[in-house]
Amino acid sequence: MSWMAWTPVTAGFFICIALMLIGMGIWQAVSPTIPRRGFLPLVTTRGDRLFISLLGAAYIHLAWLAVTDTTVLVASGIAIVWLLVVMRWG
Amino acid sequence: MNKITNNKAWFLVLPVFCIVAISAIIPLMTVVNYSVQDIFGPDSRFFVGTEWFQQVLDDSRLHEALLRQIGYTFSVLLIEIPLGIGVALTLPRKGWGVSACMVLLALPLLIPWNVVGTIWQIFGRADIGLGGYILNMLGVSYNYTQSSVDAWLTVLVMDVWHWTSLVVLLCYAGLRSIPDAYYQAAKIDGASRWAVFRFIQLPKMQSVLVIGVLLRFMDSFMIYTEPFVLTGGGPGNATTFLSQYLTRMAVGQFDLGPAAAFSLIYFLIILLVCWVFYTVVMNAGQREEQ
Repeated sequence: MSWMAWTPVTAGFFICIALMLIGMGIWQAVSPTIPRRGFLPLVTTRGDRLFISLLGAAYIHLAWLAVTDTTVLVASGIAIVWLLVVMRWG
Repeated sequence: MNKITNNKAWFLVLPVFCIVAISAIIPLMTVVNYSVQDIFGPDSRFFVGTEWFQQVLDDSRLHEALLRQIGYTFSVLLIEIPLGIGVALTLPRKGWGVSACMVLLALPLLIPWNVVGTIWQIFGRADIGLGGYILNMLGVSYNYTQSSVDAWLTVLVMDVWHWTSLVVLLCYAGLRSIPDAYYQAAKIDGASRWAVFRFIQLPKMQSVLVIGVLLRFMDSFMIYTEPFVLTGGGPGNATTFLSQYLTRMAVGQFDLGPAAAFSLIYFLIILLVCWVFYTVVMNAGQREEQ
């Protein structure tokens, strides 16, 4: 696995993503999603909202890096809030 | 009646999952790992955090390549999609002409990318190429190796020549799937040619058009071989698109970290545009059905 040049940070990142997907799979098996419409201008399932929030989180980080030199952890905080808001009210 | 569920069928997906993991997910994970490190060799690498992303986002040459790429991709879509629909509408629906047209249309699609670049490189030359020679004979000052506009137009025309057939074939397949009853009903109602197109043919072509636009968007946004063979990205940087810039960074300069960061940004742009486009079109389709 050394050819993949792992670092603790990227390993943690991918473990989080994998846990999210496993969690979503279990959640779906226990309580299947019902498509609904929240503040997003489209009908979404739980999986759609996770995808939208992850994609949004990536752009939040990029935008943060493009406009400021301050720590990227602030962007991560904003991204977590964004993820929770989209999953709950999206 | 109770529905019996058998989840063993999911195991059938396993081979595809393994192939996708090896061909896409693991390389993507490696790119993410590279994007946060300064790599000098297999055992010599240092964590640099988001430094490469900041460097790439501040790179003015990359901004120029991105604008060039967006202009090129939207030009391709604006020409190829209406042209493809138009050609598909004029194709014969039965007889020997169908097979003849299918073969002729499939020909450009069968030619490898680098050969297409070479064909147009020769075709556009003023001394030995038919296209370049005729244009100059007609008094048009055309030289794609010196003029940015000429180079740009040649790359655009080359792409239209190479890929419009794909849109035509997809649209034609969509048109062929419309039952005759729709046309008969339209005829009884006295519908005009435009009304038939707008309310019967276009909605029925929607799903294939989505595929066509997505394929053409992704392909043209990632174009590399044809402009590389035709113009080498020149004159100057006039036809240097994102993938060429990326290759130069990764292979030419061996800047693996910045190239990996750039690849991820590139991937996110394509992912976002495809998702937005797919969602908008599919939602519009559902509204129309309702």
